[in-house]
Amino acid sequence: MSELKSRSLSLSQRGMNFEMLMWLFTRLSALAMYALILFGMIGALVMGARNQMNFADVMRWAFMPNVTHVQSTNVPDLAPWASTFWKLTGCALFLVAAAHGIHGLVVIADDYIKSTRGRQIARILSIIMLISISVIGLYIIWTS
Amino acid sequence: MGLKRNVGLVTGLRYKGQGPMLTFVLHRIGGLGMGIFITMHILASFMGGQMGAFLNNVYENWVFQIFIFFCVLFHAINGLRITILDLFPKLIEHQREAIWIEWAVFIPTYGIAVLAIISTAMGA
Repeated sequence: MSELKSRSLSLSQRGMNFEMLMWLFTRLSALAMYALILFGMIGALVMGARNQMNFADVMRWAFMPNVTHVQSTNVPDLAPWASTFWKLTGCALFLVAAAHGIHGLVVIADDYIKSTRGRQIARILSIIMLISISVIGLYIIWTS
Repeated sequence: MGLKRNVGLVTGLRYKGQGPMLTFVLHRIGGLGMGIFITMHILASFMGGQMGAFLNNVYENWVFQIFIFFCVLFHAINGLRITILDLFPKLIEHQREAIWIEWAVFIPTYGIAVLAIISTAMGA
């Protein structure tokens, strides 16, 4: 087993390009999603989830703080769950997750598609996918 | 984008990456699983109707829940490890220990969740 040695380059040596920025974005958006999911859990508990919901339902709210996501649970009053504040939080979580996920798909595609042309097509498809899924998701959040 | 990789599938499968390689593969499977699931989930709630109801039945199935919870939990815990090690590059020397800690967190959490899913499925 070879010993791993840490080694860090300064930003100027490493170069600043799109791939490096997306590498950083993937890490930071992971932290952001942790924060937003925790925020959603706290929000659910503040809105009375302690005695109206089981843990699975609290997680359902945490993973997507949108009122339709808890509609089928035994929440007696849906009004506090349907506020603009939670719609905005839901948008933030959704957009961060969509960008993180679709960039992940591009990374996977880059590993298995051999031709340069194919990788370019995968990138274009990923941009189309990101735009269309964002529009659909925001439509669902704001019209529910 | 002009990278040349001349490694075939068979050579790739013969690569013995051990623990870190296993987490890499599972991270990838988990990410793909979640990506497909969440895309279907969003499209189902957008379209509704017959298709939406069918997809609802799929993800309320306990077998599917065990699979998707593996994807989500492993991707989340492994992703946190990657984030911490990458943002503090000195820690990469302790990667193997970090992976052991990761399994120590993952196995009990996932085990309890699987027990809960199965007991709910048996009771309902």
